[in-house]
Amino acid sequence: MACTKQKVPFSGTKEQEMELKETINQLKDTKGCLMPIMQKAQEIYGYLPIEVQTMISDETGIPLEKIYGVSTFYAQFALQPKGKYQISVCLGTACYVKGSGEIFKKLEELLGITNGECTPDGKFSLDSCRCVGACGLAPVMMINDEVYGRLTPDQIPGILAKYQ
Amino acid sequence: MENITIKINGMEVSAPKGSTILEAARLAHIEIPTLCYLKEINEIGACRMCVVEVKGAKSLVVSCVYPINEGMEVWTNTPKVLDSRRKTLQLLLSNHDRKCLSCVRSGNCELQQLCKELGVEDDGYYDGEKTPSEIDDSAAHMLRDNSKCILCRRCVAVCEKVQGIGVIGANMRGFATFIGSPFDMGLGETSCVSCGQCIAVCPTGALQEKDCTDQVLAAISDPAKHVIVQTAPSVRAALGEEFGYPIGTNTEGKMVAALRRIGFDKVFDTDFAADLTIMEEAHEFIERVKNGGVLPLITSCSPGWVKYCEHYFPDMTENLSSCKSPQQMFGAIAKSYYAEKAGIDPKDIVSVSVMPCTAKKFEIGRDNQAANGMPDVDFAMTTRELARLIRKCGIKFQNLPDEDFDTPLGLSTGAGTIFGATGGVMEAALRTAVETLTGEELENVDFTEVRGTKGIKEATYHVAGMDVKVAVASGLGNARELLNRVKSGEASYHFIEIMGCPGGCVNGGGQPQQPGWVRNTTDIRALRAKVLYDDDKADTIRKSHENPAIKELYETYLGEPGSEKAHHLLHTTYVRRKINEI
Repeated sequence: MACTKQKVPFSGTKEQEMELKETINQLKDTKGCLMPIMQKAQEIYGYLPIEVQTMISDETGIPLEKIYGVSTFYAQFALQPKGKYQISVCLGTACYVKGSGEIFKKLEELLGITNGECTPDGKFSLDSCRCVGACGLAPVMMINDEVYGRLTPDQIPGILAKYQ
Repeated sequence: MENITIKINGMEVSAPKGSTILEAARLAHIEIPTLCYLKEINEIGACRMCVVEVKGAKSLVVSCVYPINEGMEVWTNTPKVLDSRRKTLQLLLSNHDRKCLSCVRSGNCELQQLCKELGVEDDGYYDGEKTPSEIDDSAAHMLRDNSKCILCRRCVAVCEKVQGIGVIGANMRGFATFIGSPFDMGLGETSCVSCGQCIAVCPTGALQEKDCTDQVLAAISDPAKHVIVQTAPSVRAALGEEFGYPIGTNTEGKMVAALRRIGFDKVFDTDFAADLTIMEEAHEFIERVKNGGVLPLITSCSPGWVKYCEHYFPDMTENLSSCKSPQQMFGAIAKSYYAEKAGIDPKDIVSVSVMPCTAKKFEIGRDNQAANGMPDVDFAMTTRELARLIRKCGIKFQNLPDEDFDTPLGLSTGAGTIFGATGGVMEAALRTAVETLTGEELENVDFTEVRGTKGIKEATYHVAGMDVKVAVASGLGNARELLNRVKSGEASYHFIEIMGCPGGCVNGGGQPQQPGWVRNTTDIRALRAKVLYDDDKADTIRKSHENPAIKELYETYLGEPGSEKAHHLLHTTYVRRKINEI
């Protein structure tokens, strides 16, 4: 079961809410409206926390569970916000055999979060990804647009410190 | 309608155009095993038990969703088909908790039955990692154990499509898929109304009520306790199914005998309290009509419906009758009037109910259901739990004599008996309300317009110079449709009866589970309801206000219907809830 507990408090604004409600009003009477509404909601908020999914449920009458089911089925939907610094660790074949699993574990340990989550201060989010096209540098991770290659777990604290 | 001819196992079969292979086969009495399929509720071809070979098709096809074509040739029992079904079962078992011996559904499990029929051993051939799961016991009435879930989605379909609620669904995808509620909520934190229809359709032991049979036995064995039991009308109409009797057998006499042998001090009848409910509710209806009260008055006997109203129609909670349900009225009277009469300290009374319902477990813990400073009812058991209790005590049900309920709380009328079927409360109320309003005796007490298993029924009766418009709905999807019509002004009524489960209490979430193939081919609700209507017909007293025990209760204790004392003991309050509470 993926972790859906929210560690970052919801900080949606009135403007975001107005925009979402407007979208819902435009779409809610068309068949198959749920996916486009959810996509727009994610565009507005960056992710789909319980507060946003509840708004969609209340406005459309679609049960919250149905929305949640869709949001956990498709990889395109995020239940956690992205951090200021988005870390993605490649768990593709080449990186994995070169030990990216250990890199990932180290990050989990240091940040206290797991795949798909964000630290409570909103600073770091952690995701696994599949191949960034730099297999020669395996194991590889990215922090925003910065690529780090040939990593070992003991390098991780130093790299994170640069962003503190 | 146009018919199509196909061949199944070499036999020519003619079936209406648009039928599925499964339906066509059934017409020819060729059974194809199913697991996830529930007619008109869950037709999703997910489990692949019903695969068959079709001439010219590249692979096996799923017969529950595959439509027939002219000239089609189908084989349902080839080695290839049976092999595929066996493999499906083995794969299901590989992710299944197989502690069958201690499973509540052992002997009545559709997965177990299919394994037996197809010769699939518990050999763990495909065993490996299992999807992690925890038991969800957050709801007042039930448990979900996903280690026994086969992801057939019958529960999801009945919750969303039949009841219109949708608090459970499939979360995640692939191997991680599980049935649950949103955002790690337990069922108890959602707007689940405790109807238990999900349990009734579950093919395995993944869903079950919270069992209180051991607590009841402990109370019985405590010499300081006076343990009394009440049984709802629908229990007698279905309990027999647990002991091999055909659906629609009345086992009232044996049920009473069994309860006595289990050791209950008194065996009473909820039908008595149903008569009492009618006295109070008919009085409330007449008062509201005469004094311009909130109309339509809507019945409040079904705790699943009441909670649904609170969540989904919170602005209509004032329409709900303030009357407690018969279960709760019984409990309140047992711990006051009966205790006084029998000279027992109400603190020593343990009040147990047997109900066709799981929402009754939620109801006993509601606010304002403890008229005497203690819970009106201490334990609410389902029909299934009673069957379990009977077996646990080693009682051979079939061999029991027929016995009668104890007095005075065991005396009832035909009106109280029909409470278990959709339309029954309305009919019982009309029998009393019409006689009260006109002051004349009814020539015919049968209000047949409100009978039958149709989801929504309407009728108008001319009573004392007034057209009384009534409506009856059962199943919460139907209730929603009816109430939306009322809210939009499209329809207007004086009196509405709503029962949470489709067909009423006879088809309640606490009733014996019938396998999918029986549910798909038999009108279980109608057969069980017939037991109650036959019972009513045979009754010498068929109007609640003519029940001698009820008359005595009012004369010697309560005074008039709606009196202060009656209000204190027999009426309750409701709360407004939200659908999504975060």
